[in-house]
Amino acid sequence: MNRLEIQHLHATIAEQEIIRGLSLTVPKGEVHAIMGPNGSGKSTLAKVLAGHPDYKVTSGSVSMDGEDILALEPDERARRGIFLAFQYPNEIPGVTIANFLRAAVQARLPEGDELEATDYYAKLYEKMDLLEMDRAFTSRAVNEGFSGGEKKRNEILQLAMLEPKYAVLDETDSGLDIDALKVVANGVNSLRGPNLGVLLITHYQRLLDYIIPDHVHVMVQGRIVRSGEKNLALELEEKGYDWLRDELAEPAVA
Amino acid sequence: MVSEVSPLEIERNAGNFFYPETHVNDAGVGLTEKTIDYIVNIKEEPEWVREFRMNGLKIFLGKPMPTHWASRDLEAIVFENIRYYLSSGTQAKRSWEDVPDDVKRTFERLGIPEQERKFLAGVEAQFDSEAVYSNIKAAVGEQGVIFVGSTEGLKNHPEIFRKWFGKVIPTGDNKFSALNSAVFSGGSFIYVPPGVKVKHPLQAYFRINAENFGQFERTLIIVDEGAELTYMEGCTAPKFNTATLHSAVVELVALKGAKIQYITVQNWSANVFNLVTKRAIAHEEAEVKWIDCNIGSRLTMKYPGVVLKGRKARGEVLSIALASNGQHQDTGAKMVHAADETTSNIISKSISIGTGRATYRGLVHVPKHLKNCKNNTECDALLINANSRTDTYPAITVRGTGNSVQHEASVSQVSAEQIFYMQQRGLTAAQAMSLSVNGFVNDLVRQFPMEYSVELKRLIELEMEGSVG
Repeated sequence: MNRLEIQHLHATIAEQEIIRGLSLTVPKGEVHAIMGPNGSGKSTLAKVLAGHPDYKVTSGSVSMDGEDILALEPDERARRGIFLAFQYPNEIPGVTIANFLRAAVQARLPEGDELEATDYYAKLYEKMDLLEMDRAFTSRAVNEGFSGGEKKRNEILQLAMLEPKYAVLDETDSGLDIDALKVVANGVNSLRGPNLGVLLITHYQRLLDYIIPDHVHVMVQGRIVRSGEKNLALELEEKGYDWLRDELAEPAVA
Repeated sequence: MVSEVSPLEIERNAGNFFYPETHVNDAGVGLTEKTIDYIVNIKEEPEWVREFRMNGLKIFLGKPMPTHWASRDLEAIVFENIRYYLSSGTQAKRSWEDVPDDVKRTFERLGIPEQERKFLAGVEAQFDSEAVYSNIKAAVGEQGVIFVGSTEGLKNHPEIFRKWFGKVIPTGDNKFSALNSAVFSGGSFIYVPPGVKVKHPLQAYFRINAENFGQFERTLIIVDEGAELTYMEGCTAPKFNTATLHSAVVELVALKGAKIQYITVQNWSANVFNLVTKRAIAHEEAEVKWIDCNIGSRLTMKYPGVVLKGRKARGEVLSIALASNGQHQDTGAKMVHAADETTSNIISKSISIGTGRATYRGLVHVPKHLKNCKNNTECDALLINANSRTDTYPAITVRGTGNSVQHEASVSQVSAEQIFYMQQRGLTAAQAMSLSVNGFVNDLVRQFPMEYSVELKRLIELEMEGSVG
């Protein structure tokens, strides 16, 4: 029951099929990495899981701890415990990180309950200390004028604050220099534990040097073509993706 | 922690209720000289007022609708179908105890008596054509501050009233100022003596209860040398299927060194044509600030202005307009510089949602002979979804070499991706939009008095919930 389960998923955007029969299970407490070449549908998978309205699921299922989530609105999924760290987080001009997160935390309370401001700030500062963030950061407008590294750190701060059951990290390493990458990886590592399942989407093996996955899956042309232990990532690093593509092409997929 | 309830809580739809009419005085449908005779007689006004009104009627009838520059939607107003005067008496009560029960219930539902107890220095409550309640706290009255309805003002304080009445906004200023001059009733007359700083705001609340009706309040505020005043007005009406007309004239006079802050939160229902003329004269070193928030109505046309008449006078308009589906907010500001070293500041933020339309019209005039005048104009528009429309018509004439002007305008959009991002954090689409809108107006709202910024944020939230559906 305690898992994010994707079964035989097919999804399209503008009539074009991107996800083509993908199955994958992420048990709570584990970190699974999805690697794959550009255009294999990794980011599409992230958006489909979060319920982006541009994508249409044509068949298959996605369940979280046994509950089907595909019929839910994006905000309902989020409140039930799925978090997506965006590859390109949006700006929200004029809204501070503190106020944005406060609204997000408030949205998780039962109707009529009011978030206690002192409790909220105590928790926010605790998480910021954990992520070694300067407190002045939260008085800036969400992602407005942020560097790539600041945007990703902001995603990790939100992940820490909202305490989801499952987190999908979409190319969180893209556009980061090695120092920023380490900061973000430390943040994710500090959040690892029995109550969080992580799906780590990345193009490069580099991130996996810092966030060691429990399992690695390779995604090509909209489905998982190989799953293995963490050394699969090293193998990919060495050989590239072509050998898998070739392998995939041969046994005229039945 | 239970969040502090705004003392000015007026929910977007909280005004959508009405009680059966029980008017004793009704001028009937349509506008003729007889209507004016009826009003003058019932209000027992002096003869000069009758002449003033008749002149207003003549000018009103002679002026064309301003559809050549403004919305053609104005043509939907059928003046013959409107009732111009409805009341149950012409004397405002000094105590809520004496206000008839059904009318009192209306204002209690809108929370007015409660706000009065909490933080206001005085309240006037107008129900259709007349103020039913008007009172000022004893301590404020003892300082010589006058706060009464316009009829009482012109009768009991003619020496101050007549000196300024119709001087800031002449009858012929525009078709609707002429209409107001013909049939005005209600509104406030305020006089603050020299040096008196009124600590708490005075508030007027304008309520339309009747259908097929026009409300034409007339407000005249004179703040004498070195004195200070904050005045706030709120307004609601029930939602009827027929058009309701609200056409006020507001004249402010800030004498030497005086400060006036005039705050409006307009929350009319979507059938109200809100066509209001507001202007101030600022004498030497005086400051006038209009804070103008337009949330409701079918069509609002309102351009608060300041004539900067004395040296170093300062004028400011901070405005927020929210145009939801089917609404048109045609708002802006006028700054007429008429002395050296005068400064003006206009900040306008508009939000258009769905088929809502926001128009900014600004006029800044600095003649050639003046020195060291400054104007700053910023207008920002936010569009939510592709149908929205926004227009900006700034008219800035700055002549002469020693004067400076700065103008900035921007249009931004709340994108679907931005909404999705916020939804992914657990906010509903409506919450996401209202947070975006609050972010957009945030830097401006911070300059508002606390009670109003809380109130405004709530109104925006409620409006977003309604428009997302």
